[in-house]
Amino acid sequence: MGDEAAAYGALYAGCNFFAGYPITPASEIAEVMARELPRSDGYYVQMEDEISSISAIIGAVWAGGKAMTATSGPGFSLMQENIGYAIMTETPCVLVNVQRSGPSTGQATKPAQGDVLQARWGTHGDHEIIALSPSSVQETFSLTIEAFNLSEKYRTLVILLMDGEIGHLRENITFPPLEEITLQERKTGPADAPSFGGAAVPPMSTFGQGRFVHVTGSTHKENGMRDVSTQSVHQELVTRLCGKIRDARGEIWRIEEDYMPGAKVGVLTYGATARPAKGAVLEARRQGTAVDFLRLISIWPFPEEAVRKLADRVDVILVPEMNLGQISREVERFTSKPVLPISRIGGVIHRVEEIKDEIIANG
Amino acid sequence: MKEDKIFHPRANKYLRTEMLPTAFCPGCGCGTVLNGFLQALDELKLDPKELVFVTGIGCSSWIPSPYFKGDTLHTTHGRPIAFATGVKVMKPDMKVIVIAGDGDIAGIGGNHLIHAARRNIDISVFMVNNWNYGMTGGQVSPTTPFGVRTGTTPYGSAEHQLEAAEVVAAAGANYVARWTTYHVFPMVKAMQEALRVKGFSFVEIIAQCPVSYGKMVKMRRGSDFLKLYKEKSVKVEKARQMSDEELEGKIVVGKLKERKRTEFVSTLRQINERFRQELAN
Amino acid sequence: MITINEELCKGCEICTDFCPKKVLASSNTINKKGYYLPAATHKDKCTGCRLCELMCPELAILISKE
Ligand SMILES: Cc1ncc(C[n+]2csc(CCOP(=O)(O)OP(=O)(O)O)c2C)c(N)n1
Ligand code: SF4
Ligand code: SF4
Ligand code: SF4
Ligand SMILES: [Mg+2]
Repeated sequence: MGDEAAAYGALYAGCNFFAGYPITPASEIAEVMARELPRSDGYYVQMEDEISSISAIIGAVWAGGKAMTATSGPGFSLMQENIGYAIMTETPCVLVNVQRSGPSTGQATKPAQGDVLQARWGTHGDHEIIALSPSSVQETFSLTIEAFNLSEKYRTLVILLMDGEIGHLRENITFPPLEEITLQERKTGPADAPSFGGAAVPPMSTFGQGRFVHVTGSTHKENGMRDVSTQSVHQELVTRLCGKIRDARGEIWRIEEDYMPGAKVGVLTYGATARPAKGAVLEARRQGTAVDFLRLISIWPFPEEAVRKLADRVDVILVPEMNLGQISREVERFTSKPVLPISRIGGVIHRVEEIKDEIIANG
Repeated sequence: MKEDKIFHPRANKYLRTEMLPTAFCPGCGCGTVLNGFLQALDELKLDPKELVFVTGIGCSSWIPSPYFKGDTLHTTHGRPIAFATGVKVMKPDMKVIVIAGDGDIAGIGGNHLIHAARRNIDISVFMVNNWNYGMTGGQVSPTTPFGVRTGTTPYGSAEHQLEAAEVVAAAGANYVARWTTYHVFPMVKAMQEALRVKGFSFVEIIAQCPVSYGKMVKMRRGSDFLKLYKEKSVKVEKARQMSDEELEGKIVVGKLKERKRTEFVSTLRQINERFRQELAN
Repeated sequence: MITINEELCKGCEICTDFCPKKVLASSNTINKKGYYLPAATHKDKCTGCRLCELMCPELAILISKE
């Protein structure tokens, strides 16, 4: 199951603290963590809600831990305020959102991709975010490890933006030998190195080192002390926090391209939807239509370069997604060519046929 | 502020003295809580390197941040106990201390308070109860007395006061006390007891807000409140002999609960230890 | 000995109101921030109880042995 793969990915990444609150279709992640963490001297805490879950993991990280939480739509909404806190305080941690059908309780047990823009803009204030979206169980495992690595590399919260389809999907996976897994170490520095400035990604002092670390979600100086009245302090801080991700977007982008000569139509997709989309592309090609395929693995920062490249190649871009058009809008920002969403909501994944028909109709 | 001007010898050890004088209004009870806590730490001879302060949003949350030395996590409104839970699990040998307001701890964060007490996690929470949301200018809080006019209860509050300490005692904490900023010596003693207890400890300190709250009840001097506290306080031993009617409007002070329930993190550690031994065998 | 830190004091008068021996009284001296400072007018009556020291919200009073 994708959920289990996320849990094992976290364990392989060295996660030693998990706090969560049960919710379909993410509960299995919590159950695996609750079972496995104590065996590797880690800790699982079931909190009283999702607000406290994200709070607890941030606390655990400042206490030296590597931490993750997992949830779905309603819980993701509750976590928004402290997503901003993790960004502002540069706390490396991982949040898994196994998207389900909303708004509100919607279809609690059905998959969706309705939180794509919430992942980008859900918390208030200017910020950049990293979100990765797996399309298979195996990829869920590897992307969870990458999520941890990116969180450490850029000292920020990283979202693993799954959907319920992948979360509950059963397929075989192989666990690589531990020595084949590269882990990004936490960036540390000498006692007098500022934890909140002086470098795009400053080294991090944590609690218990006798350094009197001061962490605040309010605007702060390089040494972490609050300064909420100086315009330049805020501007420098928020510009750096956004810049450290924006400027590294080329390194963060992860995509899968499958292009062919003469394609007039391109399919851009992500997550579970990439599976029927890929099937449709192969089927359309078999039936004689040249078509390009682009899968976004990193959704945020948005792989705009890849999208521009695709747009240069084709006349029309089809965007199948399990919402009423979220990523398709983002695609429109980077091309003047027609972008046609193929939306599907209601908890049922796209059929290969319907995407293939659109490809052929536009190809 | 220059160090030589800070003449409390204990201040240099425990405070970021360069941040003084405090940002509190004249006569604010937050300062007295700060003063008392400094005294409590000094008497216990705790090493500031072993302290983690976790705090929320509000005037009271400024007591630890920025004034106390120690690792400090200044979190979002209402959530310090939840953040502190993660800290304590990963750093069980450090003293994890939460100091924040009534709105923060008992209002928006009330659920975290109850569940942390229920888990009996080894965190000490000091709730500074000034009967209102001070920082936002004086709105009704869960601890505002019935009938009081505030910024958001212009016709008098229709809500009853939450007795947070009693709730925490019922929820399962190992130590619960309530004092006021008038009772500085017993307040300091209770702070020390709370810091020594293993398990969840909670001290509610009724503290004056002579500005945001004071302006509404026309008590503009800190002393006006301290006189009221003196007058209205009843020791818990005596309160146990009194009826609900007699206790209306009174402040019950003293040690409300002490018990020896198993602590949360040590239980988690025992489970892990079991696996470690299984692996070793 | 009673020492009052003029820079820290905010003139709230808690010390003068609650000294059980009425050792402290408000004075006409103003500090840099415009607060009226307390003065120890009856030093001889001080019992060294430290109530003023602990009640002061600004850490502005220190009671020490002579
Ligand atoms: C989620 C959220 N809601 C509201 C606020 C605004 N706010 C800031 S402080 C505060 C009240 C503080 O009251 P209390 O905790 O009692 O502290 P006091 O200022 O009285 O010491 C509120 C409502 C906020 N910061 N965050
Ligand atoms: S508003 Fe009230 S609580 Fe806040 S500093 Fe002023 S007196 Fe203290
Ligand atoms: S209690 Fe402290 S701040 Fe208030 S008047 Fe006395 S010395 Fe000054
Ligand atoms: S130590 Fe006691 S007696 Fe002396 S001035 Fe202070 S409160 Fe008064
Ligand atoms: Mg308050």
